[in-house]
Amino acid sequence: MFSVEQSCWFIRKVICWRAAASVAWAVLLLPPSIAVFVIISRVSLLHPIQWISECVSLLTSATAIFSFILLCGVVLIVGFLNLEYYTVIPSIACSKIALLGQLLHPRQFVSSLVHCILGVIVAWCCAVTIGGRYQTLGYPCTQADGSPQLCLNEYQVILLLAGAFVGYCHSVLGVIHNMNYVSFHTVQQYKYLRFKGSLPLVVKCSAIQALYSVRNYLVVYFFLGYVPRTWICKTLNLQLNSSLHPLDTIAGLLDFSLLYHLWISGTFLLFTWYITLLLFRIFVTEVYSFPVQSSFTEDVHQCLPKVLTGQQPAILKFLALHDLALLSQHSPSRRSEVFSLSQPGGHPHNWNAISQECLSLLADLTQRLVAHHDTVATNGRAKSLSTGSDKKSLSSESSVTSGTEDVMTPRPSVLIKTPASVFLRSSVGSPLTVPFTPDLDSPFSSPALRRLAGPVEQCSPWHGTVQSPHIMRRGPKLWSTSTDSQANSLPSSPAPVPSPTPAASKPSLLAQFLQNRKEQVKNFLAKRVLIMYLLNKLPEASSQALFADTQSHIWALEGLSYLVKASFSEDQFGVVQTTLPSILSSMLVLQEAVDRHFKLPHASSKPVRSTSSMEDSSYKTLRFALRATLKTAIYRITTTFGEHLNAVQMSAEHQKRLQQFLEYKE
Amino acid sequence: IFKHEVFDNQPFVIPLSLYFPRESLKPHSRTESSSKAAFLDHCETLWMRSAAAWRDAGLTGLLNEIANSSAEVPKWLSVSSGCVLALLQRISSFHGSLFPHLTLSSEDMIAEFSQVLKWSDCAVRAFAWHPHTDKFAVALLDDSIKIYNPKSATAPTLKHRLQRSVAAVQWKPLCASALAVACQNCLLVWHVDPCSLSTRPSSGCAQVLSHPGHSPVTSIAWSPSGSFLVSASPMDTNMMVWDVAAESCVPLQRVGGGGVTFLSWSPDGSHVLASTPAALFRVWETRMWTCERWPCLKGRCQSGCWSPDGSRLLFTVQGETVIYALTFTDTPGIPSNTKGPKAAAVVADLSETTFNTPGGDIVVGGEIQSLAWDPRGERLAVLLKGQEHFSLDRPAMIAVFKTRTSPIFELLPCGFVQGEPGTEPRLMQFHPNFQHGALLTVCWSNGRITHVPFYFLSAGMARHGLGGSPPQPRPEERPADYINQTLYTELTT
Repeated sequence: MFSVEQSCWFIRKVICWRAAASVAWAVLLLPPSIAVFVIISRVSLLHPIQWISECVSLLTSATAIFSFILLCGVVLIVGFLNLEYYTVIPSIACSKIALLGQLLHPRQFVSSLVHCILGVIVAWCCAVTIGGRYQTLGYPCTQADGSPQLCLNEYQVILLLAGAFVGYCHSVLGVIHNMNYVSFHTVQQYKYLRFKGSLPLVVKCSAIQALYSVRNYLVVYFFLGYVPRTWICKTLNLQLNSSLHPLDTIAGLLDFSLLYHLWISGTFLLFTWYITLLLFRIFVTEVYSFPVQSSFTEDVHQCLPKVLTGQQPAILKFLALHDLALLSQHSPSRRSEVFSLSQPGGHPHNWNAISQECLSLLADLTQRLVAHHDTVATNGRAKSLSTGSDKKSLSSESSVTSGTEDVMTPRPSVLIKTPASVFLRSSVGSPLTVPFTPDLDSPFSSPALRRLAGPVEQCSPWHGTVQSPHIMRRGPKLWSTSTDSQANSLPSSPAPVPSPTPAASKPSLLAQFLQNRKEQVKNFLAKRVLIMYLLNKLPEASSQALFADTQSHIWALEGLSYLVKASFSEDQFGVVQTTLPSILSSMLVLQEAVDRHFKLPHASSKPVRSTSSMEDSSYKTLRFALRATLKTAIYRITTTFGEHLNAVQMSAEHQKRLQQFLEYKE
Repeated sequence: IFKHEVFDNQPFVIPLSLYFPRESLKPHSRTESSSKAAFLDHCETLWMRSAAAWRDAGLTGLLNEIANSSAEVPKWLSVSSGCVLALLQRISSFHGSLFPHLTLSSEDMIAEFSQVLKWSDCAVRAFAWHPHTDKFAVALLDDSIKIYNPKSATAPTLKHRLQRSVAAVQWKPLCASALAVACQNCLLVWHVDPCSLSTRPSSGCAQVLSHPGHSPVTSIAWSPSGSFLVSASPMDTNMMVWDVAAESCVPLQRVGGGGVTFLSWSPDGSHVLASTPAALFRVWETRMWTCERWPCLKGRCQSGCWSPDGSRLLFTVQGETVIYALTFTDTPGIPSNTKGPKAAAVVADLSETTFNTPGGDIVVGGEIQSLAWDPRGERLAVLLKGQEHFSLDRPAMIAVFKTRTSPIFELLPCGFVQGEPGTEPRLMQFHPNFQHGALLTVCWSNGRITHVPFYFLSAGMARHGLGGSPPQPRPEERPADYINQTLYTELTT
């Protein structure tokens, strides 16, 4: 209950206001962009004076004001959709079918529909603004028999439909490219400067995207244009003017003025939406400075240690970690608050809470990496062993290691699965997917379940005394079998039924039978090219998904290392010294796990060059950033402490590792 | 084939001196232009030639091709492309008249703005000490980079297709392996595994960072925390802040100046000096990346260096013979509205002076090529350009000053560093962590790299001394006779 209150506090007081401010700015930017659109759309170089005067009179007319109001409404809705759909942890589809699942998700369907409608509205505004032959939907004409009638103006229809098409493309591409992902910039800049810096990119992207969308739209209209045209004619009781030739012919579409107007309208549409998105990203990711401690008890839940450790929306956690990284780096006064002792009692509560949270984040990532590595290893070897026997051995193990298990995700969450991942699992073991790991369907891929339940208990193995990743192997195996067994029961039903099955509890003849069935289905499916195409793992995707929320780990590493570095001279009470061994060992363990991950055959060693577009592809390179940050963090500590580190209590293995760092041989 | 000279009669190891004879290094020759003559002229259709021109030289190339092949194209096309070409040339010449450096070729531009004296005919084009260990990287005239480490027998040679006209190299702080290289068309970041025994790391070990319009790169600087790399090009008004691991960059654009030529990151990480080809330089603060503009009166800012605590910036201006100082008092981290200093103060005047010595009169002074401040803030080395075309021949020379930053800033003349007869210093850098004082590494015009030690106790340490004799001998600087000492043993590799 408390956590719900807390998130309400943050969302209500900060995020909503930021979103509102971003929409307000987008609305304020509408008049200039409309003016530019009007000027460009009516361009006539031969009559410049007439051109300018027409533009001015149009901009002050009632239609312009009416379309401005309509566009304001559109921007408001787009801003609301941004707020509703944004995420700081991208959801990465690991196969084509998962992507398809995302596209067909009801939530996505609603978004696409709304974007289509908004596209039509914007296109109508454009049509009215451009004027001329686009102005009205119907116009009076005389039929062959001489009787006056109302005819359909196909020029407006083609423009309106183009708006719908571009809107739909925008929404679909948004899913494919994770357009709703909001990334945090490593280089801090003021909002205005950041906006100014990105503006040329937005113009370029919207022009290019509009060009592609219009091209595709023309192809579609050429083949299917008659369908909406006849439908509109029927419903609105309009006639087709037979004296003009229809537009879904080659001759009709090769009208340069029409193409130009379609492209300009599409660019305008995308530009307003992209601007709204850009402003939203800039405002939401702005640094929020949390107080480290407060003297009033009612504000305690807003303080950094509480915010970091609580259960809350991801954005709050990310902003808190970002703030931690910045304060540890830049502000000595706030660092001293972190190192301070509580007034009655003299406990370093602030430092304890912060360091524990960062360490648990690192341990969580380590564990994820080890599990991933494990799955790859088992996949590479003979996977033909029935999962039933595997399970038996593991169930005995699980009773032994029940202490360890508690640290992991709460039990019921294991059974929550997305439809796509259930589907995915059924392809495991087929020859083509062997090198790629089905890591994503393990429960820790779901962002909601990623973090460990609360601060780590003292008894947990991740606290302080972790020796090597080998210990951690057992836990994740439990998960992979549990997901496996779950998938066992659903091999032949592609319907996404996320339900726990009885089969999982009794490893018996039934399980054997199901296993066989599963193999049969797999073999059957493997022969169908289309299905294999859909089920194949996308390269890179599993690695990307594994590190999807790694920005938080990067900040945790930065925050910890800078705090430890500062503690060398600023920590008066020695509060950091008590945690130094566990910080070092968790970093070293993570370093080992990351190194192993990068040695996997399909983990590429270099980031792919990102193309400049509105999609924020920074999640694709997070793992490289993590690797570099981790090394730098360890070096930061070793260079600061130097030979003093030999006095820190650590296992021999880690001592050896640290020595490598002290000698700059890593 | 060069000589290692090991200085072994000291209580510590002075890194080896190196010699790269100019003759042994073959400068990179342009394969594209030179090999063209060897092939017969091949008749291609206009389309093919246009496509090739577009690919090689962009729009101007395409227009040129069309304008030149007037026999094959309609007359209106060749005439109009000729007109457009003339218009473009007009515009670019107008732009060039605003910023004259834009008309230089990229090699000339690097030579003009580099910190190295007479960069084009230098055998050693760039030099960088590793910030934490005793290894260093040397970029040579033949576009290769060699890495020397006293603790390892292998000296890896780095070569890459894109590694041409190296203007600067720098090691990443808080990292053992990453070396950033500023090249003609891009930035390279090499990852040289310190434990590897390979002498030729493959070009797969290098990350290529490039951004359209950002070439040639003349200066680079790592942030002292190792998280960012900034790069500058005189052709580009953007200063790039690279996140090297992700290979992404954030362009920081400010109009005015027409480019960025030289960068220097303050050791505490709070400020970056960025000079432009015009009489203007900027000081960025690195928290929110805002900048202060500093217009100079006379010429562009040629060089600059920061005090170890990042509070004081010394810089020199082209065409003047003085060193200026700026003081930044605001504590890092607290963004204050109070702009730092209002004006720069002159701290040293290095105009021409004649010394009477037994060997005759020596004239020193003049314009300054570069500055280097030792990491403890006690010695300042100034590379003077020298002058040849007057009757009074004034060789390039390094002048060394003693400096003190607290309680007040002081700058006292200390001595000169001169090379063998007929050689002049081209490039210098202080060792980042020399235990016994300061160690200045100088690259000479004959291809020799030598290390000049300055033994002293820091002011801070001397205060704590208990009156006992200092553990190390304290000779005054005797730089000029280093070459004749018998303490060297020679090894040939």
